[in-house]
Amino acid sequence: MFLVIALASGLLFGYGLALSGMLSPAKVVGFLDVAYGWDPSLAFVMGGGLAVTVVAFHFLLKRPHPIFGDKFYLPTRTDIDKRLVIGAALFGAGWGIGGLCPGPAISSLAYASPKIAVFVVAMVVGVLIAKTLFRAKN
Amino acid sequence: MENFTPFLSLSGGLIIGIAATLLLAAGRIAGISGILGGLMPPAPAADRKWRWLFLLGLIGGAVLFPILGGDISYIDINPYNFSDEVHYGALIIGGLLVGMGTTIGSGCTSGHGICGLGRLSARSLVSVCTFMAVAGVAVFVIRTVMGG
Repeated sequence: MFLVIALASGLLFGYGLALSGMLSPAKVVGFLDVAYGWDPSLAFVMGGGLAVTVVAFHFLLKRPHPIFGDKFYLPTRTDIDKRLVIGAALFGAGWGIGGLCPGPAISSLAYASPKIAVFVVAMVVGVLIAKTLFRAKN
Repeated sequence: MENFTPFLSLSGGLIIGIAATLLLAAGRIAGISGILGGLMPPAPAADRKWRWLFLLGLIGGAVLFPILGGDISYIDINPYNFSDEVHYGALIIGGLLVGMGTTIGSGCTSGHGICGLGRLSARSLVSVCTFMAVAGVAVFVIRTVMGG
């Protein structure tokens, strides 16, 4: 059952991204570009997403267990540390340069563009580099 | 503002929120970088099947969109009109930064933005403000260098 839900959630998520405009780096950059011609559309994506999750998560997380599953797998850290901010800053720089964040990048593989594939491979390499660095450090 | 699409973007956002809710109803956070990172060592191999299925669905949803009548002609993957050589370079640098940054900072637009803010996490609020601000500065710098 969990596997069916994971697939269904992914399908909905990918469809939502395509509908929302997030699959177009030009649209993403237009949203981030307050100086040279701002397109605020993507604020509505986050607004729509949060309108659902803020309410639904509130009620879901009141339950002792998920509806389909034995436990919630949630982040446990609550401290604001350097890693959080540095990581977000690196991610933001990459997002502005490429116009792609992880969800839309993977979702866009649907349209078989070699440029998207190059971005996704670089992203996976970036994940592996960061994981290796932090394993060496810990 | 000719590209302004509030209705489509809001509808897409609502669907994304429903997708994240569905996954949380099964106990998991719909953060794409987290789901991807969990496929790589040192994450346990037994935990991988649902991640592959979610990511397969993520691609499948984008495949279905035009089949169900959606318009994908709006997609423009080269916002700065870079030459091909420069664009490939930008995508490699951008991809590396996105992969490293989301791993170091424990999440991206979906994990911190939709799910983390959805459960009112202070860490996610700091993350979202930081990556939005830095991304805005990056776009401003590139657009300025490219001549506006």
